[in-house]
Amino acid sequence: MEVMLAIGIGVFAASGVWLLLRPRTYQVIIGLSLISYAVNIFIFSMGRVKMDAPPVLTPGIVADPAKLADPVPQALVLTAIVIGFAMTALFLVVLLAARGRTGTDHVDGREVE
Amino acid sequence: MGDAIRHLVIAPILLPLAVGAFMLLLDERRRLTKIALSLATVLAVLVMAIALVVHVDTPSGDRWSSLIVYPLGNWPPPFGIVLVADRLSALMVLVTAVLGCATLLFAMARWHKAGPRFYTLFLLLLTGLNGAFLTGDLFNLFVFFEILLAASYGLVLHGSGTARVKAGLHYIPINLVASSLFLIGVSLIYGVTGTLNMADLGRLVPTLPDDTRVFFEAGAAVLGVAFLVKAGMWPLSFWLPTTYAASCAPIAAMFAIMTKVGIYVILRLFLLCFGDGAGASADFGAEWLYYGGMATIAFGGIGVLASQSMQRLGGYSVLVSSGTLLAAIGTTNSAVISGALFYLVTSTFTIGAYFLLVELIERGRQAGADVLAVTMEVFGDPEEDIEEEEEEVGVAIPAAIAVLGGAFLACTALLAGMPPLSGFIAKFAMLSALINEAGDIPPSHWALVILLILSGLATLIAMTRTGMRTLWGPDEIAIPRVRAIEAMPVAALLLICVSMTVLGGPAMRYMEATAQLLYWPQIYAQDVLGAATPVVPATGGQP
Repeated sequence: MEVMLAIGIGVFAASGVWLLLRPRTYQVIIGLSLISYAVNIFIFSMGRVKMDAPPVLTPGIVADPAKLADPVPQALVLTAIVIGFAMTALFLVVLLAARGRTGTDHVDGREVE
Repeated sequence: MGDAIRHLVIAPILLPLAVGAFMLLLDERRRLTKIALSLATVLAVLVMAIALVVHVDTPSGDRWSSLIVYPLGNWPPPFGIVLVADRLSALMVLVTAVLGCATLLFAMARWHKAGPRFYTLFLLLLTGLNGAFLTGDLFNLFVFFEILLAASYGLVLHGSGTARVKAGLHYIPINLVASSLFLIGVSLIYGVTGTLNMADLGRLVPTLPDDTRVFFEAGAAVLGVAFLVKAGMWPLSFWLPTTYAASCAPIAAMFAIMTKVGIYVILRLFLLCFGDGAGASADFGAEWLYYGGMATIAFGGIGVLASQSMQRLGGYSVLVSSGTLLAAIGTTNSAVISGALFYLVTSTFTIGAYFLLVELIERGRQAGADVLAVTMEVFGDPEEDIEEEEEEVGVAIPAAIAVLGGAFLACTALLAGMPPLSGFIAKFAMLSALINEAGDIPPSHWALVILLILSGLATLIAMTRTGMRTLWGPDEIAIPRVRAIEAMPVAALLLICVSMTVLGGPAMRYMEATAQLLYWPQIYAQDVLGAATPVVPATGGQP
């Protein structure tokens, strides 16, 4: 399972970086999204990979903390998703503005001859 | 004082946030209300910042400095998120507040009309900056970074125009990628240490076993790259001059503090986690900071000499100042760092004043005058040869030009580090600390000394050339229409620099105490984690 996760993160990140270096703004934004997916899964994996482990204690029941999933990375991922989502939306607006102003979707605002 | 002063820590974050959010409800035409509200907010933040600095500067108990820890939601650290105001963060909040006041006053003259929601974005930027300085938790730092970046994206585009949109198109993805790196670094550090509290982290680093230490250092390095992008270290800084040159004057001036956020975090985390007491990790990455800083100074210095427009010159001066600070941190010498803190404050105000001033000067000139002036310097003016001898003996200098020229001269002296202003004191403090080290001075430190002096010379040459070309040289200069409300912030910022010269002693003592305290992360950790007693006794559950 760890290997699967690692390969998944690697593929996401590599595709994201490749897309990010492309000259079209649409590719850049898809690349950024892929990178943020990779980062989110990476944060998740930092809480150790566990199956069927609850992240919060049940009141009244004595539980072994070692059998619980770490809730902090889940909270972090949630925050990171929200922020990443908002930033992508904001960047999309700027892309549209750039497209309208320069008439091209090249990242430098002009086509390379 | 008791509880009231402790709540002062969160007020500089909450107040701009609340007022900024409230102003979204107001109609765009009710400018006067908005001006009054945001000005009152910024002034209130300034008063709070002064109170914070005074509070942390008063000795308490057996310490010669006090520190305020504010556990949010009363969860004790390291489980809950804390806000911490110590000497360094209080100083940074004060610098932000002063710069915020000046730029807001400047923007009130006309720039706020250039686009919608200016004041809300401005206050959110202030929220993010204050939060980033006051937080004591890595992930909270990320959140505040995103707040200030989101506001800055909006502000870079403020006033619109193709140049700004193009600059934003580069500025935004670079910062988004840096934020991803930030998250990777934070999560790696969390995966290794199991904590995100900065003080706890500093305490844990010496106890890390060797096989996990590698991961911690890798996480710290990734995190460092994210901050170095923001601080503008070469080669991560190519976006910076373009963006600063494209954004409108008050925003560019406000951005003078943005690179300092990156510097602040590096300074704080570096000394907390990789100070002398960090065992095997001691001074991790110091050489990278040192040589990277020197490369940044060199790049900035060349850029200053090569830049043809005044805004770009300002952008490269930002690079010179952040390079100087990075190299100073890399020396891991507390005397150099106290000089660097002084330099940080002075250079922030100077660059802020410079960006505001440039806008006032540029107003009197037609577009493209810089390029024309450079071509004339190189190829000669074809009409020059047939020009008649001028009859008049003396030309009356218009008052506005005299004032602007005087301010420009002060900026030149400050940026180049020439006496008599505070830029000189800052540079002198750093240089003398470098030279007066115990034992032999390593050649690499001599290299920094030479580089600092050369960068000052480069700035001096470039600024003098620009000043002659714009203020002295032209035969006919349209006298720029400068309103008092626009000249006042520039004058105020420069006056602060002057008073930092006059009051150099007390100011320097504050910086020295701050730098020395940074070298005792144990005290910081003990204050933050030991002072786990909540403001009000908690009646809730256990973490």
